[in-house]
Amino acid sequence: MKLLIKNGRVIDPASGTDKTLDILIDRKKIAAVGSKINDKTAKVVDAAGKVVAPGFIDMHVHLREPGYEHKETIATGTLAAAAGGFTSVACMPNTSPINDNPGVTHSILTEAKRSARVNVLPIAAITRESAGEELTEMVNQAKAGAVAFSDDGRPLTNNQLMRRAMEYSQMLETTIIDHCETPDLSAGGVMHEGDYSYQFGLKGIPSSSEEVMVARDIILAESTGVGIHLAHLSTRGSVELVRRAKAKKIPVTAEVTPHHLLLDDSLLEHYDTNLKMKPPLRDKKDVQSLRKAAKEGVIDVIATDHAPHTPDEKEVEFDQAPFGIIGLETCVSLILDRLVREGILPLSRFIEMISSAPARILNLTDKGKIQPGADADLTLLDLNREVIVDVFAFRSHSRNSPFHGWKLKGAPEMTIVGGKIVYHC
Amino acid sequence: MAFNHKHLLGIQSLSAQDIRTILDTAESLSEISSREVKKVPILRGKTIINLFYEASTRTRSSFELAAKRLSADISNFSKATSAVVKGETLKDTILNLEAMNIDAIIMRHASSGSPHFVSSFCSSHVINAGDGTHEHPTQALLDALTIQQEKQTFKDLKVVIVGDILHSRVARSDLYLLKKLGAKVVLVGPPSLVPPAFKKYGAQIDYNFDRAIEDADVVMMLRIQLERQKRIYFPSLSEYHELFSLTPQRFSRAKHDAIIMHPGPINRDVEISTDMADSAKSVILKQVENGIAVRMAVLYLLLGGKEREITD
Repeated sequence: MKLLIKNGRVIDPASGTDKTLDILIDRKKIAAVGSKINDKTAKVVDAAGKVVAPGFIDMHVHLREPGYEHKETIATGTLAAAAGGFTSVACMPNTSPINDNPGVTHSILTEAKRSARVNVLPIAAITRESAGEELTEMVNQAKAGAVAFSDDGRPLTNNQLMRRAMEYSQMLETTIIDHCETPDLSAGGVMHEGDYSYQFGLKGIPSSSEEVMVARDIILAESTGVGIHLAHLSTRGSVELVRRAKAKKIPVTAEVTPHHLLLDDSLLEHYDTNLKMKPPLRDKKDVQSLRKAAKEGVIDVIATDHAPHTPDEKEVEFDQAPFGIIGLETCVSLILDRLVREGILPLSRFIEMISSAPARILNLTDKGKIQPGADADLTLLDLNREVIVDVFAFRSHSRNSPFHGWKLKGAPEMTIVGGKIVYHC
Repeated sequence: MAFNHKHLLGIQSLSAQDIRTILDTAESLSEISSREVKKVPILRGKTIINLFYEASTRTRSSFELAAKRLSADISNFSKATSAVVKGETLKDTILNLEAMNIDAIIMRHASSGSPHFVSSFCSSHVINAGDGTHEHPTQALLDALTIQQEKQTFKDLKVVIVGDILHSRVARSDLYLLKKLGAKVVLVGPPSLVPPAFKKYGAQIDYNFDRAIEDADVVMMLRIQLERQKRIYFPSLSEYHELFSLTPQRFSRAKHDAIIMHPGPINRDVEISTDMADSAKSVILKQVENGIAVRMAVLYLLLGGKEREITD
């Protein structure tokens, strides 16, 4: 089965390419990239006027399976991913049971083989039950297919254990991802601590809650020499810490979510629980700092932190609602319209942040690039298509998004995973 | 006297004119409570739910009596004796109550913003009787009525509010209201309980009570919430008492005609000494009395009766 993608504007950040080219796919791999490729046996996709990019990788999602299938499943989550332009998703281990042993990783991959539309890359827990006390069998987890380790959502506060996990992981081609939060500083908090939290009478989560852990992780990365990836940064203080660390060549990488790039804490005046997540929406200065850091490469990756919860769970008092919003089906259009079209983030930089950068951080050597021999994962974009976000039309099982009704220009056109078209708008 | 609001969710959404309208209405309704027959038929046929998810003596009875004096039917709901203990959500509770054709919900809840949440999906009037650490608008209104009766004006009055500002919905509502009416507000307490963010809303902040109380017209003491502190915000009650309680010695630094206020319930000899609480300068019980008039005014202005004369 061959697929020939003709006349698309191919943007491949890994090679610095941005020109009109054809791409020939043979089964699961890219066979050729060039101008005027002809192959009579191939099915042709006319990509004229469209952008062709390496398949987008969301390195931070919650698929909720096993255990929370009322919120999302591997089937619905990856259907949403495909419609959102993603060819791979890395799923966090805070399922039930927690993915802290090879059996869970294996069962996720088995279910993915059966029902997933896109590549599913399990992230395993660093500590057993993410309880922060004992390491999981990291080598066996990696053998079973885990691409990274994280205690996302249950921050690993034990400094010694984090250090040992980083050291131990040197036997592996995997990454440690940290959700930076200091629980005693964020305890009881439900929004960013600042002028608005005092006004709204909501307990705050101070920026320091994140920054203390960012600083700790950078110090450990420097002292061990082992790289660490910082999930969903939200404050300008974190940005400064990472900027300085990178200047000193300390092996640290970082991600940011679309919502932290677009929304701020002033929006919480109506107590909309779809604006409640961790880390919380910060203030306008933080948003500016994150945008600048994304553009300059201080922040490497855009990831959604797709966190499904049902309407029943979210339609409660603000302080009682669970943290998290979904993002797979809105991310690309939001960034294209609000950052790329506005000139805040160059298109090629956005593509880098969502394809080649996560591929590099997760050691996915055959992904995140358009060249012969690479996996045939591609995302096609239509920069001119206008969409209105409609949570009721989501493929995701949940609809906890604050972007309902937003009019956006630019959207995924087609998603190709392993040479197969899994989504076409 | 136009009052174009469907709900009373907080002071912040009211204009100075709205506040004056409520205070004027309260003044004219207050006389009803001193009659032999304390009842007028202004809200006859209206049904009100008194929905209290948190304990309350004053606010709850005050709303209940206010509604009854206007001839509304009022039904009390408390968390402990409701289906909430069986796990019913707030939304389901409200939808079920609304199915009984009610006109208004008076609501006290420990979660900030819960009246806003309720008003987003229900069709009744919603009156905030205290939400978490956010607002307590009728308390601020009754405080304002009391200050107005004692001082006639708000312009340039120095009001000192002392205590746990961080967790106080009363302090927030009072601050917003007093600033709208032109008073000067000084917030006093240990720095861990008095966030500088309140400067943005026009407050001055002072950590030294002895200095702050000088020339004060109004000294408003807040209850120190013993159950909340756990020694994170300040080390001991005795140290707190030494620095921030109202004693006769401290009060002597205020203006000679200064008044003492407290939203209750008071912890005698913690934030306020017994002789201060019971002194002639204390208007604490006057505040309670004014609570009824203010709540009658709020119910009247929200639930219509606009075509009727108050003296009907």
